[in-house]
Amino acid sequence: MIYRVISKPEFRSFIDALVQANSSFGPRRVDTAANGDPVYQFMPVGSADDIEFDYTTTASSAKHFFLPFSEELSRFCFHERDWEQKISYEAQPVVLIGLRACDISALNILDDVLLKGNYPSPYYLAKRKNTFVIGMDHLPLPGCFCKSLAHHTVSTGFNLFCSDIGEKYYLSINSSKAFNYLKDFQTEEPSYEDNCLLTERRKLISRSFQTEVDVTSLPSILDIEFDSPVWEKWGTKCLNCGTCAMVCPSCYCYSVEERFDIDLKGASRNRKLYSCNLVDFAVVAGGHNFRPKNGDRLKYRYYHQHRGFAENGNQQICVGCNRCGRACLAGINPRDVINDLRMEKDSCMICVSQSPGRT
Amino acid sequence: MKNPVYTFEKLKFASFEFTCCEGCQLQLANREASLEAFFSLLDVRTFREISSEKHDDYDIAFVEGSISRSDEIERLLAIRRQAKTLVAFGTCACFGGVNSLKNRFPIKESIAEVYDGLPVETLPVRKISDIVKVDLSIPGCPVAKEEIERIVVNLVTGSLPAMPKYPVCVECKERLNTCLFDLGEICLGPVTRAGCSAVCTSGKTPCLGCRGPAEDSNFPAFMELVKERGLSRRDLQEKLGFYNAFEAYTVHET
Repeated sequence: MIYRVISKPEFRSFIDALVQANSSFGPRRVDTAANGDPVYQFMPVGSADDIEFDYTTTASSAKHFFLPFSEELSRFCFHERDWEQKISYEAQPVVLIGLRACDISALNILDDVLLKGNYPSPYYLAKRKNTFVIGMDHLPLPGCFCKSLAHHTVSTGFNLFCSDIGEKYYLSINSSKAFNYLKDFQTEEPSYEDNCLLTERRKLISRSFQTEVDVTSLPSILDIEFDSPVWEKWGTKCLNCGTCAMVCPSCYCYSVEERFDIDLKGASRNRKLYSCNLVDFAVVAGGHNFRPKNGDRLKYRYYHQHRGFAENGNQQICVGCNRCGRACLAGINPRDVINDLRMEKDSCMICVSQSPGRT
Repeated sequence: MKNPVYTFEKLKFASFEFTCCEGCQLQLANREASLEAFFSLLDVRTFREISSEKHDDYDIAFVEGSISRSDEIERLLAIRRQAKTLVAFGTCACFGGVNSLKNRFPIKESIAEVYDGLPVETLPVRKISDIVKVDLSIPGCPVAKEEIERIVVNLVTGSLPAMPKYPVCVECKERLNTCLFDLGEICLGPVTRAGCSAVCTSGKTPCLGCRGPAEDSNFPAFMELVKERGLSRRDLQEKLGFYNAFEAYTVHET
């Protein structure tokens, strides 16, 4: 890692040049909520003026730039009495500006799952490699709990990370590409004072968290609480709408569908991001639904998020951005669900669960 | 018709309209880019919006509209006798649709208001499945042509026609829309079947549920949401009643 500082006007010029030369996306204000809060999303930007550098967080994550909501995985063309399959991994270069530390951590987790397993995803790899990621730090929102998962800072997975130290940005340069781009702009070695300002900035961020979620030994608590009535309590509230997974930076589950083209001369295989909360997520051929109850579906989302799957060494994949909590119309959020589970465990000596044991 | 690998039979197709605007059938003639391919899957026997020819030897009938006159019942029964597959096509056919608003008033009052006292024979509006057995329901006001194309391909190739079981929220989130509840509106998206690409909510118009309930909609939780946000119960009832698609859920909620 190489460190530099850049004045804010010079940083804008740098971003402006980058954005004008590349297909770029950054945080833009798209709406004002009824309560007066601004709503931001990663949207196309054409100049530095389009970007809200001091935004809070985007309603939806940057996941879809790497895992599109819908993606054609392959095409099938019928000819004579045979057919051929065409697969393309091409991805256009993209610049993504303004990702938060937790967003980049989520990408690192997706890298673990989608690139480091037995079957790396070439679709994901192409997009990941061709995306220039610029991170920016921020003061946490009231619901942010990334610090509880140690994702409020990030040291890998980006090209450039910018910490706001007042008049300047403190740059962490993590790729030769970023280093070369910056050569044309005026940057300086961080001074002793700059380093102090960065430390202060980090301290400020760290002590600004208002939400803490105790995730210690959560994977084991989840195993123990498989039959907890907590799941039914929260499941009853769940609208089964899948919004949590759609806005989540690390939910990667999907469904695959094959279908004929309308002219019957070809076919396609398509992947669509799905959610374990959707009613038919666990429906198998023949129509049997392994998880017909919304409490069970909600449970499996928390299992996947906080206990992990073998693909990523049973590590938690939740980064604590609380997008799901903010977006959930039913008021379901990780803090309250996890706290409930912990209370359940604390009181387990006096509670008698009615539900049958795990088989 | 034939592609190089498989041979398929065209569907012997007919399309009929009852009490409706015929807008759903018009969708069948829309989307020019794939129109030729679409109609090459169909052997159109009767379809007055695209051909003046009329033949009664069809296998599959798309039926648009609701039933609001006794002569319509006769026509529908005759179609059912002929069709091997009868498809309730569009929201009016599936749920009664906007026409059902009439059912909230005494029939004499409606006639007096709309026809200024002229003698008109009219019945309370009913959906197609109230009269005959329906083999497949394709909701939408209007129907989504892309979905129709997929379903027709399914029917031609003998695979199961499938519609999303999840609610509109999924497609709305895919389009990065701001949730209309966050903008202070009541939107039926969380309880309505997806498949429309969230077209209304993408234009910041709350979903009125033209595609009917999503599977396993959590209605009590939805009611709680509207209550908790202090939104108008009357607005909610208006929206739920708009297409008559949530009849089953509104009866017990007064």
